[in-house]
Amino acid sequence: MENSTTNLSRRSFLKSSALAGGGLMISFTWLSSFKAVAEKLNNPGLPDQWFELSGYIKITPDNIIKIYNPNPEFGQNVMTSLPMIVAEELGADWQQVVVEMGPHDSVKLGPQFTGGSNSVRMYWKPLRDAGAAARNMLMQAAAQTWAVPVEEITTKAGKLYHEKTGKSGTYGDFASKASGIPVPKGVKLKDIKGFDVIRHSKKNVEGLKIVRGKPLFGLDYKVDGMLIAMIEHPPAFGMKLKSFDASQTLKMPGIKDVFRLKMYEDDFEFGGFDTRTFNDLLVVVGTNTWEVMNARKKLITEWEPVGDRKEKVNSFGRKKEVTIPGELESSDVQYQKMRTRAKQPATVLRKDGDPEAAFKNAAQVIERTYNAPFLAHNCMEPMNFFAHVTDEKALFAGPLQAPGWVEPTLSKIFNLSPEKIEIQMTRMGGGFGRRAYGHYLVEAGLISRQAKAPVKLIYSREDDMTYGIYRPMYTATYRAALDANKNLIAFHVKGGGIPEHPVHENRFPAGAVDNYLAESWELPSNITIGAFRAPRSNFNAAAEQSFLDELAEAMGKDPIDFRLELLQRAKERPVGKNNDYDADRYAGVLELVRDKSGWNKPENRKYNRGVAAYFCHNSYAAHVVDMVTKNGEPYVERVFSAIDCGVVVNPDAATNMVQGAVVDGIGNAFYGGLTHKDGRSEQSNFSEYRIIRIHEAPKSIDVHFIENDIDPTGLGEPPFPPVFGAVANALYRNTGKRYYNQPYKNDIINRKNNIDKKAF
Amino acid sequence: MITLNINQKNYEVDIDPDMPLLWVLRDVIGLVGTKYGCGVAQCGACVVHLNGEAVRSCVTKVKRADGQKVVTIEGLGLTNDHPLQKAWLEADVPQCGYCQSGQLMSAAVLLRENPNPTDQDIDDAMAGNICRCGTYLRIREAIHMAAEILRKGS
Repeated sequence: MENSTTNLSRRSFLKSSALAGGGLMISFTWLSSFKAVAEKLNNPGLPDQWFELSGYIKITPDNIIKIYNPNPEFGQNVMTSLPMIVAEELGADWQQVVVEMGPHDSVKLGPQFTGGSNSVRMYWKPLRDAGAAARNMLMQAAAQTWAVPVEEITTKAGKLYHEKTGKSGTYGDFASKASGIPVPKGVKLKDIKGFDVIRHSKKNVEGLKIVRGKPLFGLDYKVDGMLIAMIEHPPAFGMKLKSFDASQTLKMPGIKDVFRLKMYEDDFEFGGFDTRTFNDLLVVVGTNTWEVMNARKKLITEWEPVGDRKEKVNSFGRKKEVTIPGELESSDVQYQKMRTRAKQPATVLRKDGDPEAAFKNAAQVIERTYNAPFLAHNCMEPMNFFAHVTDEKALFAGPLQAPGWVEPTLSKIFNLSPEKIEIQMTRMGGGFGRRAYGHYLVEAGLISRQAKAPVKLIYSREDDMTYGIYRPMYTATYRAALDANKNLIAFHVKGGGIPEHPVHENRFPAGAVDNYLAESWELPSNITIGAFRAPRSNFNAAAEQSFLDELAEAMGKDPIDFRLELLQRAKERPVGKNNDYDADRYAGVLELVRDKSGWNKPENRKYNRGVAAYFCHNSYAAHVVDMVTKNGEPYVERVFSAIDCGVVVNPDAATNMVQGAVVDGIGNAFYGGLTHKDGRSEQSNFSEYRIIRIHEAPKSIDVHFIENDIDPTGLGEPPFPPVFGAVANALYRNTGKRYYNQPYKNDIINRKNNIDKKAF
Repeated sequence: MITLNINQKNYEVDIDPDMPLLWVLRDVIGLVGTKYGCGVAQCGACVVHLNGEAVRSCVTKVKRADGQKVVTIEGLGLTNDHPLQKAWLEADVPQCGYCQSGQLMSAAVLLRENPNPTDQDIDDAMAGNICRCGTYLRIREAIHMAAEILRKGS
């Protein structure tokens, strides 16, 4: 039996049904969209259209409440936080809740996308609605059974009560009966102030499995008869395989086959997330990872330049043809090209007032240029995926952020309808945006089809680092015009990138300055790029927040006061119409971090303090970084963070994520960077690509959330970008010098050696 | 033939003696709690105990472990309920969780050698283990917590 209701105003759809063994199942779908431009990832971005989200809650007669988590888990803790939302409205006993990772279902479950800091935000309403409806149906079932008015039924921790008659029962007792009750419309949701699951910290539901080393990750996935495959990639971007001799490789123990595969046909139309590093695959297949790794070394290969090529792209309906240059790129050359290009005219993204006249009439113009290199994601679990593809069906299993975006590609390549493609989502050993690009499923699938066997494709650490989908290389020049009284009268940002620019033209300080100009330019490249934790913002917050700091100093103002003045202006008399931030909430995190860090307290003067604040993914974050000199090196000893992401579902886990973002930010600001020489990556493992370690992490990171009743917004990304700016500003106070080039450790060394033309 | 005692259980494996212990554990024995992260002893995701000492199993040839005692994350503590594992849960350390087996195995040797470590001791002992999610502050906290559990004998 099925009952359902739709509520078009909220674009939601709830359905109940009886479970086979008795009990109640509530399934829900919800049409959602990402509206603000601010939400989009790098071009290619998120889809504009509405899409469908689904999930379910099962209540069994033995009172087990099973909540199916539709969104992939990569460490953001959705396996815990999403079920908490259901449990809250359902009035469930958290101890009775069992969480299960759902399969991918493109028909019912939509993109199931982990990224853009959207998991909690997307599911907040539908999960609350579903939980509230289920609770209401259980109450009706109890009222009918006990022959009492439903209004007199109360619930607590998974039990139903009727006080007057003293009757009580568990949810499980009434689950079967509830499944026959029509799904109620518009059930009143709990008052946020009355929450007793949400806003109360819950431990990670997979914690025990993690600390006991249970098989959770894609790399742990195994089936009988599974072969291991690795890909021998070209040694450099811009190269392809010319010929190979595998005779020695094939003689190695455990090796089954060596073959060449073409990934996409020449006329393939690329979806927004079909990015892949190389199209020609040279594959080694064997029975054991180490044997395959060893056998690869025996391959004799000859490579040749790819040359310029064109690709057809259809990014969520936006069609274009792009030309990809064949050049073997070197970072020093790229850097010089950027310098040259930055001097030429660019695309105007936004213009308010008359910036040209204001700069012309200015008493003082301050201009600074900021640079940052490609960044590799370096997920701890290297890229890998299991595939078993036959003519009839395909099974894929492994770590992936966006199964719904690779499935249409798999369907095309393998000529199988989506119903015949199953994608199982394992826990991911990190993601950071890298696993939104599912090319490795296509690779694994092609290899499985060729090998006629279940296969796991594994990238070595070197493969993972040198054939990545990187954060682009960025530059931005900021200019500010001051009048004779040191008032800010014009602001100009001109940003460029290889191959994408970083500028968010409608972000602060747009809206706070009468004369404003934002421009961009791009230089093509064959080095593949994509989303990296807070795309674009992770560079902008470093550049813009360093520049504002320098500007405040030139104006003789406290850096927090200066930002607050600008925000006050943006609130009271905003310039332009498309400012995409809320000046009050922005100011709120700055005021909170000023208070919590004791910004003006004399006892904190022993620290070299840097502040920065930023808005992205609909949330606001500010940090004060306290730097000291330790063993002759700048060291961030303490950090104070203030965040406004609306209601915080799981406070302790949210704090953990902010602390992690701070550590990640300090690490990438100081050490992060991938450079190339003749198309070849100059870093290939952690011995060359420095990752922050425990002794470089702060002693304390004090995280504070603004307490409000606003529906939750993003948290995975927003705390990350402003760390870069706060570190740069603290570094100035620590060293007496401004640093403009990331990673800062290299800039410090280059400045000491008077090297000013070196890229990164 | 290589003989290994892993988590107090004996195994005989007919494999290349040069194969790193990591891949023997993962691909041959089927104990996948020990992780591959870098393959060059840089990240610590593969740390196991060889006769009680922390080793990087990705660069430890299995012949070095022949006839020796190996402990992996699956065998940490008698009932896989080591004070560190309890503390890790209490401090809710993991984010993605991938590096945590190696972190726990490194921390276990530290605590055995130094039951009352300072932050500096922890930083010195744990600097070989990368956590890309940045859970380092909670790792320090959990190690202190485990030391406390051990002191109280609970």
